[in-house]
Amino acid sequence: MGASRSVIVVLVSRLVAPLIQIFAFYVIFHGHYSPGGGFQGGALLAASILLLRLTCGREESQKNFRSDLGLMLGPLGAMTFLVVGLIMISGGSFLDYQHTPLLRLEPAQMRSFAILIVEVAIGLAVMATLISIFDNLSAPSRKEDSS
Amino acid sequence: MDSIHAHYPYWVVLTLLVIGLWGMLLKGNLMKKVVGMTIFQSAIILFFILSAYKVGGTVPIYDEALGVGDPSLYINPLPHTLMLTAIVVGVAIVGEALALLIVIYRTYGTLEEPVLVERMK
Amino acid sequence: MRVFTYLVVASFVALLVYASLGLPGRGEVDAPLHREESIAGTPVAATFYTRKAFSDAATPNFVTVILADYRGFDTLGETLVVLTAGIACLLILGRTP
Repeated sequence: MGASRSVIVVLVSRLVAPLIQIFAFYVIFHGHYSPGGGFQGGALLAASILLLRLTCGREESQKNFRSDLGLMLGPLGAMTFLVVGLIMISGGSFLDYQHTPLLRLEPAQMRSFAILIVEVAIGLAVMATLISIFDNLSAPSRKEDSS
Repeated sequence: MDSIHAHYPYWVVLTLLVIGLWGMLLKGNLMKKVVGMTIFQSAIILFFILSAYKVGGTVPIYDEALGVGDPSLYINPLPHTLMLTAIVVGVAIVGEALALLIVIYRTYGTLEEPVLVERMK
Repeated sequence: MRVFTYLVVASFVALLVYASLGLPGRGEVDAPLHREESIAGTPVAATFYTRKAFSDAATPNFVTVILADYRGFDTLGETLVVLTAGIACLLILGRTP
């Protein structure tokens, strides 16, 4: 996957990628008040890194997101979701958000807080998986020597 | 005429369904079949979201001027939630299909279906 | 063989046009999808969620509350599906992680 030969394309994509990431964080954190949430923000984050992979080449954009980080962050996001659900067993049932152990607020506020944590975890998992699918599909294949 | 005005959104979805089905059945290249599958899936998602609309309803976000006493002022939020899941699963399926196509090309050297069936014998 | 496929597509189109004339028009408020009480007298799921979402979770967006609170178990399973697809992509192509 070589870099693009036009200076304008490389420069503009390096300028625009952080703006896409800011917009993606806006979409994730405003999932409470406007359409958005975890899945949409995760896809936008993945899109910003894929733009850099397509225009700046595979080796240059390893500095932005290393290829072997993808399959480490994905299960981390899913495990955060599971751990948040399992913590709630201490007061009530699994995934019942009003029994968060350390906070002492009204049940509605505790549910709002736990929904935010879950959305961030989902966004992380979706981003890592989409980038790792792209990296596996486009990596140069090595010739296995059968000796 | 009134029946056509009430039913034409379903016929738009039907057009997309036919385009997707045409691509899946009648094109020889395997890549075109995958694209047809994607179009078919987009048409199904569009159908669910189209049918969740109510005349006179607004976005399913709580509005203090409207309140929640009368649920017929908000459109139905349940199909939107289910289609979020469907879209993400669709992306994962397309990734899988492309990985399988890469392995088929590596093994047999072609992606055209008649040539592929010949080489598999 | 191709004539048979054309016939299948044509009959699919005819069947769906006939079925779509029996559907309620788009956006009619008295369609069975949008009713407020089921036959047994209990509130339908969509009505229950729109009535209780803001007071249960202090969040204006009903879709996020349904996705992460009322139906959170489905969202957990769906995250695992996405992860499985990513891992399967790695294994099909024969790379080591």
